[in-house]
Amino acid sequence: MPDGFIDAPVSIAAGAVAVAGVAVALRGARRELDDRTAPLAGLTAAFVFAAQMLNFPVASGTSGHLLGGALAAILVGPYTGVLCVAVVLLVQALLFADGGITALGVNIITMALVTVVVGYGVFRLLLRVLPKTRASATAAAFGGAVVSVPCSALVFTLIYAAGGTADVSVGKVAAAMVGVHVLIGIGEALITAVTVSSVLAVRPDLVYGARGMVKALELHDEPVRV
Amino acid sequence: MGAGHAHRLYVPGASVVHRLPPQCKLVAVLAFVLLVVATPRERFWAFGAYAALLAVVVVAARLNPLMVLRRIVIELPFVAFAFLMPFVAEGEKVAVLGVHLSQSGLWGAWNILAKGTLGVVASILLAATTEPRLLLLGVERLRMPQLITQIAAFMLRYGDVVTAELNRMKVARAARGFEARDIRATGVLARSVGALFLRSYERGERVHLAMVSRGYDGRMPVLHEVGATTAQWTAAAALPLAAALVTAAAWMMP
Repeated sequence: MPDGFIDAPVSIAAGAVAVAGVAVALRGARRELDDRTAPLAGLTAAFVFAAQMLNFPVASGTSGHLLGGALAAILVGPYTGVLCVAVVLLVQALLFADGGITALGVNIITMALVTVVVGYGVFRLLLRVLPKTRASATAAAFGGAVVSVPCSALVFTLIYAAGGTADVSVGKVAAAMVGVHVLIGIGEALITAVTVSSVLAVRPDLVYGARGMVKALELHDEPVRV
Repeated sequence: MGAGHAHRLYVPGASVVHRLPPQCKLVAVLAFVLLVVATPRERFWAFGAYAALLAVVVVAARLNPLMVLRRIVIELPFVAFAFLMPFVAEGEKVAVLGVHLSQSGLWGAWNILAKGTLGVVASILLAATTEPRLLLLGVERLRMPQLITQIAAFMLRYGDVVTAELNRMKVARAARGFEARDIRATGVLARSVGALFLRSYERGERVHLAMVSRGYDGRMPVLHEVGATTAQWTAAAALPLAAALVTAAAWMMP
């Protein structure tokens, strides 16, 4: 989102909220990763950045791309996930002039904080009620991602209601934003689910959100009869 | 990996603007864009004045104006949104060429177009005159936690590597006759994304071990001092100060 969508006071307030959210994520990530934080979160941010460039064909002629908030949270954990997406947004705003500098706060809230918190929250809730299998982790990833995108659109609408510069009725914005983003969310969820499933198949230990699911490897000194 | 990290937006040069310390330019751009956003949208002349100020910076930085214009296209998706606004907004309607458009919607569209474009141009000027690495040092100078700038530095350093990896996967898929036509391609593409994550994360682990073996303890050594003198801060403040005059005039004059 560029500058000028949201007025100055709300942009500044959103910036303060974003700073607080990123500060919390910073402390959490440091607890999880220790001195590995910078290289691992940096490479994950590079991954999110690259994955956002991959276009997925949706229907004839149209294509969508990944936002990646829910995916990053499920793969590397919510704190690191927030950091990665926030850094991607920061770098895009500063080095690519993509997304306004004053809109950075709003962008971080909607695309990093909301998608990660909602996506990861729904994912964990679903995992708690579903059986502990790879299929249910895939389904939970789908659920988390599919909810996260319209929620992000909804929060954007709320911010827009507080500081929007155009006279479009909030109801209309909400209907349009959520309607479009339900469709985008389904695409996002499909990609997220298959990606999580394929990582689970190869390196289940690397999927942060499904850590408890993998049985620890056992050491046998005799051949195992199956 | 030793070469080729010069960035697409960065235009090497030695102008006055290029030589300013990054943190001064960051503060100047942020203040400028905030002032633009805070300007009442009815003052057309104020936005003309802001554009003139940016034009002065383009000349001072010896940038090619055409290059700046070409890079504005990044804003296009939002221009489409702005054009829709007169049709969906509420309020009094005016007839333009026989089409009934909402007056407030027209104002809203103008507001987003004018402020968004000025913001994009200011950001382009910042990115075009500052080396990415220095820009991150500048962010760090402005009290951003070092961990954030380190993550951003890693992202920049390995962004090209990871993107190249993605492109090799694309070539490999194409070589095997894959073509992404419709939604059924999602499975294949998402498996590529999964593989890309594993390669990126495992590369992160290797990079970390390589750094630890070279004495990394969680912070990066400072190789460039980017301190700024009062003169440099004053020079960088010229843009936001001039803009502040315009903003003040726009608020006071009818």
